[in-house]
Amino acid sequence: MDETALQRDFDATIDADDRIEPRDWMPDAYRQTLIRQIAQHAHSEIIGMQPEGNWITRAPSLKRKAILMAKVQDEAGHGLYLYSAAETLGVSRDELLDKLHTGRQRYSSIFNYPTITWADMGAIGWLVDGAAIMNQVPLCRCSYGPYARAMIRICKEESFHQRQGFELLLTLSNGTAEQKAMAQDAVNRWWWPSLMMFGPPDSESTHSEQSMRWGIKRFSNDELRQRFVDASVPQAEILGLTLPDPQLRFNSETGHYEYGDIDWSEFKRILAGDGPCNAQRMAHRVKAHTDGAWVREAAAAYADKRAAREEGAA
Amino acid sequence: MIPLATYALRLGDDALVLTQRLSEWSSRAPELEEDVALTNIGLDLLGQARVLLSYAGELEGEGRTEDDLAYLRDEREFTNVQLVEQPNGDFGVTIARQLLFSVYQLLVYGDLRASSDPTLAAVAGKAVKEVAYHVDHAEQWTRRLGDGTEESHDRMQAGIDAMWPFVAELFESDDLVAELAAAGVAVDPASVQAEWDRRVDAVLADATLTRPTPTWRARGGRSGVHSEHMGFLLAEMQHLHRSHPGATW
Ligand SMILES: [Fe+2]
Ligand SMILES: [Fe+2]
Repeated sequence: MDETALQRDFDATIDADDRIEPRDWMPDAYRQTLIRQIAQHAHSEIIGMQPEGNWITRAPSLKRKAILMAKVQDEAGHGLYLYSAAETLGVSRDELLDKLHTGRQRYSSIFNYPTITWADMGAIGWLVDGAAIMNQVPLCRCSYGPYARAMIRICKEESFHQRQGFELLLTLSNGTAEQKAMAQDAVNRWWWPSLMMFGPPDSESTHSEQSMRWGIKRFSNDELRQRFVDASVPQAEILGLTLPDPQLRFNSETGHYEYGDIDWSEFKRILAGDGPCNAQRMAHRVKAHTDGAWVREAAAAYADKRAAREEGAA
Repeated sequence: MIPLATYALRLGDDALVLTQRLSEWSSRAPELEEDVALTNIGLDLLGQARVLLSYAGELEGEGRTEDDLAYLRDEREFTNVQLVEQPNGDFGVTIARQLLFSVYQLLVYGDLRASSDPTLAAVAGKAVKEVAYHVDHAEQWTRRLGDGTEESHDRMQAGIDAMWPFVAELFESDDLVAELAAAGVAVDPASVQAEWDRRVDAVLADATLTRPTPTWRARGGRSGVHSEHMGFLLAEMQHLHRSHPGATW
């Protein structure tokens, strides 16, 4: 088949809302867009282990310690599913990790904020995992089969994380005055960065249109952000906590909550590297990888020796 | 505490303190699969610790919960062996510690399944399956590192050498354990030493590693005398809980 016919088949698959599978022909730009997006998502999962891992050894009850360990472990698992999905597009995990470590690929900027109190574990679960779910649920219907399937597994676990985060905050909010203040402070710090997780406003978003056409993106940044705000406000009320936005109000005509202006200069600044933890997260990640090099080399050498021995015996 | 509660606490403290160390690996492991594996092992141990600490509190009958025992005891009241509190070091040290401890725990839990105390027997029955995986994990890595590259061989040997002085303490008995063992409730650790030697020696040989002859040995963990590392481990683990007396989390 010539390129035009292949492109026609591809377009037909997309239009029919069917899945593209690894062996199917696909335009190179589609492949590259997916690789970039899946890689960034995978990197976010594994960098996201750091801010929460920060509190595992200090968790204030054994039950919470178990929940947090399991959550951070889930994030490692999400990284694994996503690197595997990216591998079906022809890039290895090593290659992608190298791009992360050398700053050629990004991870979500949200993880460049520090987790400075225990309540941050609740705020991250409730807001950050909550925003991630909003972004990710539509990806369960993404046109690329392996990515869509990975997202189905991931979303199930993320919604579990969100409930646990909410429950953690609720316990603090109903606890002592100090605990409640800790919860409120965490929500104050994480609310605006969570809104930024949906990306720049639609008027400035660069990749959106093509990604919509390809069935990689289903809703615009602003649509998803609005959904998130609409879902979060009533939840904050149940928590007995306020959201740090004096302009937040319900518009009975639109049926949506209106919110104040997002400080996009902060977003851009952190994206450009000037966030409180950018350098720390990268250094931590690179150190883990570098410190582990001798272990990975040993595993490979051992596997080779064994294979050689088996061959010799056969 | 009555002897049975003290015994349950010893087993629980071993598991809890090792969980604390293993959880320090989170986001720092040599590869993602290993991050998942080390956390899995930590979670198994934490599960064991929670049941054992709760049981010790119940037997004591003074209303102390698992969290009271984990967070509100001071260093001298912790009865774990010193091996489990040793710092992670590099991956070779961690694997050495895992190998030496997991094989011991597997053998103890294996025999404890026959305990006349139904709770301990049930805990052991569940734990023995988990620990069988921990042993498998540690043995495989010991072979890979020992028989991998020159560097990994040296590091694995260094890990075994560094952890070996803490082995003798594992098999120490005292009046409390001896009496409970005679009553069919506990396992006298001395009784599993021969099997431990056989199993660990076999792995070391397979991995081209040498069994060390240490010049000193640790003492005192079971009576609350610990290495200097323990205070920092507890300070980190307990500080938040203790900063909010009486709070619910
Ligand atoms: Fe995740
Ligand atoms: Fe999550």
